[in-house]
Amino acid sequence: MLKLSRYVLYDILRSKVIIAYALFLGVITFSLFSLEDNESKAILSLLNIVLIIIPLMSMIFTTIHYYNSYEFIELLLAQPMGRGRILLSEYGGVAISLVTAFWTGAGIPVLLYAFNPTGMALLFTGTCLTLIFTSLAFVTAVRARDKARGIGMALLLWFYFALIYDGLILMILFTFSDYPMEKATLALAALNPIDLGRIFIMLKMDISALMGYTGALYKQFFGSAQGILFTTAIMLAWIIAPLLIALRMFRKKDL
Amino acid sequence: MGFILSFHSMNMRILFLFISLLFLQPVQARTIVAGAGSSIPSLTKALLLAEDGDTIILKSGTYREGNHVIRKAITLLGENGAILDGENKHEILTISGHDIKVKGIRFINAGYSALNDFAAIKLVDCARVIIENNTVINAYFAIHISNSNDCTVRGNSVSGTPRSEQLTGNGIHLWKCSGAMIDNNHITGHRDGIYFEFVTGSTVQRNQSERNIRYGLHFMFSHNDHYTNNTFHNNGAGVAVMYSHQVTMTGNTFDENWGPSAYGLLLKEISDSHIEKNIFLRNTAGIYMEGSSRIQILHNNFTSNGWAVRVQASCDGNEFRENNFFGNSFDVATNGTMVLNTFDRNYWDKYEGYDINHDGTGDIPYHPISMYSMIVEQTPSTLILMRSFMVTLMDKAEKAIPSLTPENLVDNKPCMKPNKK
Repeated sequence: MLKLSRYVLYDILRSKVIIAYALFLGVITFSLFSLEDNESKAILSLLNIVLIIIPLMSMIFTTIHYYNSYEFIELLLAQPMGRGRILLSEYGGVAISLVTAFWTGAGIPVLLYAFNPTGMALLFTGTCLTLIFTSLAFVTAVRARDKARGIGMALLLWFYFALIYDGLILMILFTFSDYPMEKATLALAALNPIDLGRIFIMLKMDISALMGYTGALYKQFFGSAQGILFTTAIMLAWIIAPLLIALRMFRKKDL
Repeated sequence: MGFILSFHSMNMRILFLFISLLFLQPVQARTIVAGAGSSIPSLTKALLLAEDGDTIILKSGTYREGNHVIRKAITLLGENGAILDGENKHEILTISGHDIKVKGIRFINAGYSALNDFAAIKLVDCARVIIENNTVINAYFAIHISNSNDCTVRGNSVSGTPRSEQLTGNGIHLWKCSGAMIDNNHITGHRDGIYFEFVTGSTVQRNQSERNIRYGLHFMFSHNDHYTNNTFHNNGAGVAVMYSHQVTMTGNTFDENWGPSAYGLLLKEISDSHIEKNIFLRNTAGIYMEGSSRIQILHNNFTSNGWAVRVQASCDGNEFRENNFFGNSFDVATNGTMVLNTFDRNYWDKYEGYDINHDGTGDIPYHPISMYSMIVEQTPSTLILMRSFMVTLMDKAEKAIPSLTPENLVDNKPCMKPNKK
């Protein structure tokens, strides 16, 4: 299985897209840190990149990679190997390359310029989001045989998590603004990994505002050791659940 | 002849002075040494013996003699290690008189009473009393001054044992005073660090008030007062000033006042005042204003606050000029569309404009209120969406076509670089 993952990695490295991605992250992060005199402002801009670009890149790259290596996968299936192993090694190869690109591109500058809780939270969230959206992309790619359809679905999913979901939360909060919605909001936020990651970083960053009237409750929950465990557990669930669904579909699929 | 006459009169004058000095001798200040190892072992006795102008030196030791009352114009000096113990049931020192000085004594365990405001040191109907370099530990009220004029509280260290708001008194409490000077004290663990009610023409300077369970400084109906170079750190609800006019606050530091209802500085019904060169650092709200008029807010630094300034629509004629705003989650918030306050030549780190003519001020006006801050004001639970892509988009859209945010809350000349003053 590791051998297979290695082949996938070689293949990915040869296409150079992942190297360009790492370079892009590196240039942006370095320039943010050197342009802004205030390091927390740079982190703030980086937050938007982590929350928007990384899920998008992970999804698009994974789906395209899957379709491109479709023939290779078909070849492998002819060998005496379990389907699960094949998909997992594909996942391993893609996930490792994306996470490595993130750490070399964004991780190194953050460690150099902002080695503090906020920076660490940022790297944690970035890593989790990469893994989560890779899993989600596998679901769409395995499900749709057609390339255009698969990429379209991936984009739609990204759009939903990055933007539409927050709009829905806002709408719900407006509609029920006469009711105590704090606890419900907590549950709603946990259902979107991007929101969860954002809150996790925000707690380190905007602590003063969060200590306000409503924020105190969020802080109390997400800020405690229990809350951090909760965040990690939900993130893990978001990585594992889609991957299991993709595995099931791949096993049963008539390829 | 003229020479002799003048010589004669001068001689007479010296003689007269000498004689009068002789007469004064018996009433001139004596020094009474009281306490362990001296002929007067107790402070109570020393206080009985003392006359106006005397000095009592209290020797090192712990004295458990209940309540002491000073009515004469004396000076009470504590040697190093002189401790007055209230045994958790007495008010320790009650002062009612004029020209009294208490210095260098350690007051511990003053009593608690729900009926009387027991204090470690209580001043009633006093004038020109000086309380200096004392230490007060574990008192209900530490220093309580009422109906007094021109008193000075300087260099004292006060630390209480915080219980609930009802069971804890104030650190330095002044009621109906004038001309007071509160200087260089350190207060911690009380209900309000410094409390002023009906106190006029007074100065509070160089004090440190921290970790008090309610306000670091709390004043009401106290006009014409000056607050300079104090530090208010990590108090339950920050600093509250209410129902006063002609107040000057300069060079103070308000920091880390965090909590659901904590403010760096809460202004309620304040008018014609100056707030200048203060530092607001990491507070939930830097300044919260309600029903306040004609306040000049100049040259302050607002750094890393949740809300730098929350101006309720009930405020009018306030002027924010040449302040610096760095790294606040929200710069300005308000609860209505009516804006009767002006913002001028402030530095905003979120400003994205340009300065083509290089005059140091931006060419396009800055609107410090974002759409999202209006939304949060109306529906606080939306705070969970802070920093999301959705909110960023909304703010950008609002900036292009303003519809919800008050249009006239604007800084027409935002500074390109931080104001240095």
